[in-house]
Amino acid sequence: MTAKIAIIDYGMGNLRSVSKAIELCKAYVDIISEPEQVKNYNAVVLPGVGSFAPAIKIIKDKGLDIAIKKHLEQKKMFLGICLGFQLLFSKSYEEGLYEGLDIIKGSVEKFIPKPDEKLIIPHIGWNTINISENIYAKQMYRGINNNEFVYFVHSFYCKPEDKKIIATETNYSVDFCSSIATENIWGCQFHPEKSSNIGIAILKNFVSKCEDLNACCN
Amino acid sequence: MPVAIRVIPCLDVNAGRVVKGTNFIDLRDAGDPVEIAKRYNTEGADELVFLDITASSDKREITLDVVKKTAEQVFIPLTVGGGIRTIDDIRKLLKAGADKISINTSAVENPQLISDGSKKFGSQCIVVAIDAKRNTAGSWTVYTHGGRTETKLDVIEWAKKCVELGAGEILLTSMDKDGTKDGYDLELTEHVTNAVNVPVIASGGAGKKEHFVDVCKKGASAVLAASLFHFKELSIHDLKSYMKENSIKVR
Repeated sequence: MTAKIAIIDYGMGNLRSVSKAIELCKAYVDIISEPEQVKNYNAVVLPGVGSFAPAIKIIKDKGLDIAIKKHLEQKKMFLGICLGFQLLFSKSYEEGLYEGLDIIKGSVEKFIPKPDEKLIIPHIGWNTINISENIYAKQMYRGINNNEFVYFVHSFYCKPEDKKIIATETNYSVDFCSSIATENIWGCQFHPEKSSNIGIAILKNFVSKCEDLNACCN
Repeated sequence: MPVAIRVIPCLDVNAGRVVKGTNFIDLRDAGDPVEIAKRYNTEGADELVFLDITASSDKREITLDVVKKTAEQVFIPLTVGGGIRTIDDIRKLLKAGADKISINTSAVENPQLISDGSKKFGSQCIVVAIDAKRNTAGSWTVYTHGGRTETKLDVIEWAKKCVELGAGEILLTSMDKDGTKDGYDLELTEHVTNAVNVPVIASGGAGKKEHFVDVCKKGASAVLAASLFHFKELSIHDLKSYMKENSIKVR
């Protein structure tokens, strides 16, 4: 059964690139912006380019946070991309201290160069992912080799309290969590929609997991 | 570990078509930008730069459409430059599917466009392109309007200023080397990469594989070339294999 996927438009993000990439994976995709629409879909994608504070404000003001949490309670699939991934966390230190959705316990922190280290920030460009032993990571990265390159653009990174949910780590001055995978929540700091064939393969795995869940629950 | 060095083909787009050369006088059609972008994507390009050289503003709508069509089919980062003057121009291009925009003349004339743009859309999507020409004082001067207008700005100082204002990357073109095919301006690249803490894209002068390796060793985060790739003198795949053999991290 074709997966029905909603991309949440909260005024920040490269919606078109994300929707086109998911359409390529043979899913039905809508871009939605109202919380009451969320229930009509098997899966939600929260994209995002921009800064944390205005994004979380829009999401909470519109009540999208409640709709997302309800969606997750039903064990429906979720994918957060870049800022949309960071928003899942308890708090972010981007330009102050802001509370996030608190769906994943942990914080979002800035890259800090070590003494005498010339570290270019933002971390921008193609870097490799080291896939963990997490069983859900095996689903997320099915058919994908370890140490493949994906595309990053960010100055802040996520630090989950529960290390077991880490799906991949990437080294940039530090080994940071570049994606997470739980039973129904996937999140990645990189942009699968900009990561060429590897990114499309991850999105295909997401769509096929949505289809599987959809088939079993209907 | 640092990120991989990006190999970036640059396409000059005029009224919706890729044209050969940057000379406005003798524009020859080189094909459909979407098809060319797809080819480069398959060959392993890490990013694409579209340079809109369309002179008339009404035809710029066509460029927006090209960006839209490319973004629908090519899933690597897309940077678009040329003729961007306002925040609204930036917004339109990002909405059409560009990931980054590149500004040159308008950044010099109105530096606030850099700060406004980076505040509004994030520094990661504001690239400042600098056309640099060596001067008699042993330094480099910034030129605008496609290299036709000399400014009073020193390249190193201007690059620093751009980053202070919020530029996320510098696209550095050596006018002395551009078109010569005898290699990037290594000294210029080294000076700018040492002066700023954002990625520097080296441009102008690439003629053979060795040139790419040389400029990476001077600190360039990305290497850009146009005709070398367009005329199939060098494939991206062969270039990347060579770079890898020479211990440059590539995808």
